[in-house]
Amino acid sequence: MTASPHDPLIGELAANLKPVRRLWRPALRALSWLGAVAAIAFVLAVFADVHALWERIIAAPDMWLAVFGSALTAVLAAIAAFELSLPDAPRAWAWLPLPGALLWVAASSLGCLRVWFLPDTHVAELGESRDCLIFIVSLSVPLSALLFLMLRRACPLRPGLTAAVGGLAVAAAAATLLNFFHPYDVAATDLAVHGIAVALVVGANRALASRILTASNFASFGVTTGPVRSN
Amino acid sequence: MAGRMLQPNVMAPYGEGTLLPSRFPGKAVRNVQSRRLMIAAKSQTRSVDDLRRSAQMAAAQGGDRAAYEALLRDCVPLIKAVAARQGVPADRNDDVVQDVLLTIHRARHTYDPTRSFTAWLCVIAERRAIDLLRQVRRHGAREFHLPLAFDTYPDEGVDPARGVDQAEASGRVTEALARLSPRQREAVEALVLKEQSLTEAAVTTGRTKGALKVNLHRALKVLRDKMERSE
Repeated sequence: MTASPHDPLIGELAANLKPVRRLWRPALRALSWLGAVAAIAFVLAVFADVHALWERIIAAPDMWLAVFGSALTAVLAAIAAFELSLPDAPRAWAWLPLPGALLWVAASSLGCLRVWFLPDTHVAELGESRDCLIFIVSLSVPLSALLFLMLRRACPLRPGLTAAVGGLAVAAAAATLLNFFHPYDVAATDLAVHGIAVALVVGANRALASRILTASNFASFGVTTGPVRSN
Repeated sequence: MAGRMLQPNVMAPYGEGTLLPSRFPGKAVRNVQSRRLMIAAKSQTRSVDDLRRSAQMAAAQGGDRAAYEALLRDCVPLIKAVAARQGVPADRNDDVVQDVLLTIHRARHTYDPTRSFTAWLCVIAERRAIDLLRQVRRHGAREFHLPLAFDTYPDEGVDPARGVDQAEASGRVTEALARLSPRQREAVEALVLKEQSLTEAAVTTGRTKGALKVNLHRALKVLRDKMERSE
């Protein structure tokens, strides 16, 4: 048998081999992250006026559609992010959250139109809109940290795309939870602020988390790597 | 193999490792290849080679080093074939192999043995080959090969006396090392020059860790004294 230039690396990898626990299926991993989001929702519900929230949602069909759309986006984007974190995942998974996102944007835009037809509606002022932005961004920090800790366990070969879709899941989850403390109807300015908050979270996740995920790809080899010399 | 009938290998070009380099590396070829990969991934029928590789990977996940080493050796021709199909230059082929071997090691816990190992490997190899091609293209866009300009470029910061000083200093170190006792020299060589850990050095030299530590400490003291005196 002729010696291959890769023999030393193969030998070192085999020598460093340790038993590993197989990764759970992406849907199960997404479910466990969504479980953490649900736990946060439960804690927030204790402090929020759930009765008033329920009345608001019942009174305006576009509102529950928007809540449903953002929640659906969070669920689908989380599943897509965990699928994309696998090294052999097709890029098409990134389209999975699209139906939820379309419903979310469409229902929220519908809410804006309602403000023009019903002059009595309480429109969020600039200060209140700023609070929305702070809420979404602040809540996104722990949710992102948890998500990327979990995504890091896999080996995403498209870290940028995985991070961006994960960021969308986080932003959508934070926007859904915002409804507990959002006692006003969506206006164009409010919608724009929500859009900015979501874009901020997705952008920040893509910029920071993609580096973390890339670094994790080669962090724990415990082997020497370098240029291969052919004989 | 209960209940599963073996069919002709849908991944034959990969499976046999005899894929000829394409005369037309490009999008059309990649599409055909991707389609073939998808068919193979979705197919319920798997080749004997693929089933063997899956079993080896499952054993590797459990910590079987021999199976893992055999599997990695088996992967090398497949990775080279995929890299060639992607249009990776022959002189960079080994870089792709090294990258893919490291990725397999990092991502081995993400592999599901119920699915085709060959398809999993080929997708990873494809992505790593594309990453390398992008890297080559980026470097090619900003770097020029100008050997004459490199040779004639004046380095203003160069100190002609530095080489002589370094040669003198290394001569003094060699002389001081030669005057150490055999055990002290052995400890310096293993722990400092070869950068072995205490455990590794203890195995290679046959000394205890304590003895190695004491010998190294004494050797460094002697070397320090001799170097200070010679200055």
